Amino acid sequence: MSLSPDLAPTTTGEDIQNYTINFGPQHPAAHGVLRLVMELDGEIIERLDPHVGLLHRGTEKLIEYKTYLQALPYFDRLDYCSPLGMEHSYVLAVEKLLNVEVPLRAQYLRVLFAELTRICNHMLNLGSHVMDVGAMTPNLWLFEIREDCMNFFERASGARMHSAWFRPGGVHQDVPLKLLTDIADWLDQRAPQLFEDAISLVADNRIFKQRNVDIALVSREDAIRWGFSGPMIRAAGIPWDIRKAQPYDVYDRVDFDVPVGTKGDCYDRFMVRVEEVRQSMRIMKQCLRDMPEGPVLSEDRKVAPPKRAEMKQSMEALIHHFKLYTEGFKVPEGSVYVATESPKGEFGVYLVSDGTNKPYRCKIRPTAFSHLQAMDFMSRGHMLADTTAILGALDIVFGECDR
Amino acid sequence: MHSAPRYASNEGVADAISKALGKDAVSVVEAHGEIAVTVVTARLVDAMTTLRDALGYQQLMEIAGVDWPDQDPRFEVVYCLLSLTKNHRIRVHVRTNEEVAVPSVTGIWPVAGWLEREVFDMYGVLFEGNSDLRRILTDYGFSGHPFRKDFPLTGYQELRYSEEHKRVMYEPVSLAQDFRKFDFMSPWEGADYVLPGDEKGEQK
Repeated sequence: MSLSPDLAPTTTGEDIQNYTINFGPQHPAAHGVLRLVMELDGEIIERLDPHVGLLHRGTEKLIEYKTYLQALPYFDRLDYCSPLGMEHSYVLAVEKLLNVEVPLRAQYLRVLFAELTRICNHMLNLGSHVMDVGAMTPNLWLFEIREDCMNFFERASGARMHSAWFRPGGVHQDVPLKLLTDIADWLDQRAPQLFEDAISLVADNRIFKQRNVDIALVSREDAIRWGFSGPMIRAAGIPWDIRKAQPYDVYDRVDFDVPVGTKGDCYDRFMVRVEEVRQSMRIMKQCLRDMPEGPVLSEDRKVAPPKRAEMKQSMEALIHHFKLYTEGFKVPEGSVYVATESPKGEFGVYLVSDGTNKPYRCKIRPTAFSHLQAMDFMSRGHMLADTTAILGALDIVFGECDR
Repeated sequence: MHSAPRYASNEGVADAISKALGKDAVSVVEAHGEIAVTVVTARLVDAMTTLRDALGYQQLMEIAGVDWPDQDPRFEVVYCLLSLTKNHRIRVHVRTNEEVAVPSVTGIWPVAGWLEREVFDMYGVLFEGNSDLRRILTDYGFSGHPFRKDFPLTGYQELRYSEEHKRVMYEPVSLAQDFRKFDFMSPWEGADYVLPGDEKGEQK
């Protein structure tokens, strides 16, 4: 605060200066390393300048020096709250350049786990959003669900967070049947119970509404101009969902609804995410019901490695395995932009290949960039305390924003 | 057939774009199921306005920079557009070098502000008309443009907290081990260097 005593607000009404404060980069409500430079008139925000890049690791540059397979785990580390959603865009981009067909079971598994990731992500966001505006209990309950999700990821891939489980051509390993039945039980019993209990505490809560309703209104036109996507554009009243409009994997085979908001305020964004969780559970149930038996990785030996058992018998399989894990596969020349509906919005990968085994350029389109940029006009005229509600409803993770 | 997002068909779109843009479009190419329009750099704003208003590409989703050091002009700036009404995506490419500024599209899409700042930060491409062309992702006081192909992966500076000085120190990068870059291109398909042990071989 740069307010010298002689310039302090006076009763004569003269010489009242705006002052500038720093919010973050170390602030629990900043959801990571965000620095907001705020110009305040009293408690009213006049101007807000987000400074990002404090978590910039140069992921895109690192990827240029790795083979296509080695680049995959970097995607887990972008949005570390929804790792499989990030991988999904990347593997689809590589598959589009290679034009490989993915076995049906792998497509179902990817959709199943992408939706589990969505639940996992929304549990963190909804929980921290309500905690930012003052409620403690729902966050703890929602973290129970998140913990369950993490356990499912671990049972599928061996890692709780950074799964690296999706591969160009399918998924790395098949899941045991017991895992699928456990997920089904969880979807029937525990998850909806815990979730509805936690949400019932806040959805109609007077304090929660006072803090969120009519805060940071975004019109449809603004949402389009500012490049909004995901829950942010839907809360503004535009029924746009890439899963529905541009289906990838088996999203065209499952039935789900796209929730939209009516006013485009923070409360709408919260409720859109709440309904998305219910729809994700619906999609997962359909995946479990319809998933066929069969291979989970492409049979194209120039892209996907052979099974270990096969390698004990076949020389060719051994050679393929060796070549794939040293040299990697070569991707035809060209460029594609592939965007999927990650839990936070449109997560895109612009991949340029020069025909070698390494990407020539891999531009990652973070969801947070456009949303955070819009925070300036969304916050103007609101109170300082509303910043946390606005930030919570944006759903930003800096691993992804700063790359 | 791959299972990447399936949007509306490209049929007739390329023709419609080249007709609407006229001379502003250098080329309209369809490859890998995506349409890429190369536009005359100076005419970018007019072309983008036409694409938005006449052809319904309402949203600018992404601006990507690509560095091609061997080509002239060196940089490529790629705009990814999305049409919510037609459910279609296209890419608009422009070429530029270190000196020639690309006209800013912030007047059409305010979201371009940060996206252009990022391309400027990473590649040093200038945008004329962007009123806030500061660095965005790199450190305060950083110099250079890290995503250029001639910028080393390890960078030039590293920083650490010095217990002795009680502050963060910037120092030149020192690598404990040489930076390793493996060449996987098959020598039978023509390596562009002399193979180790094959120095006596026929010089190309």
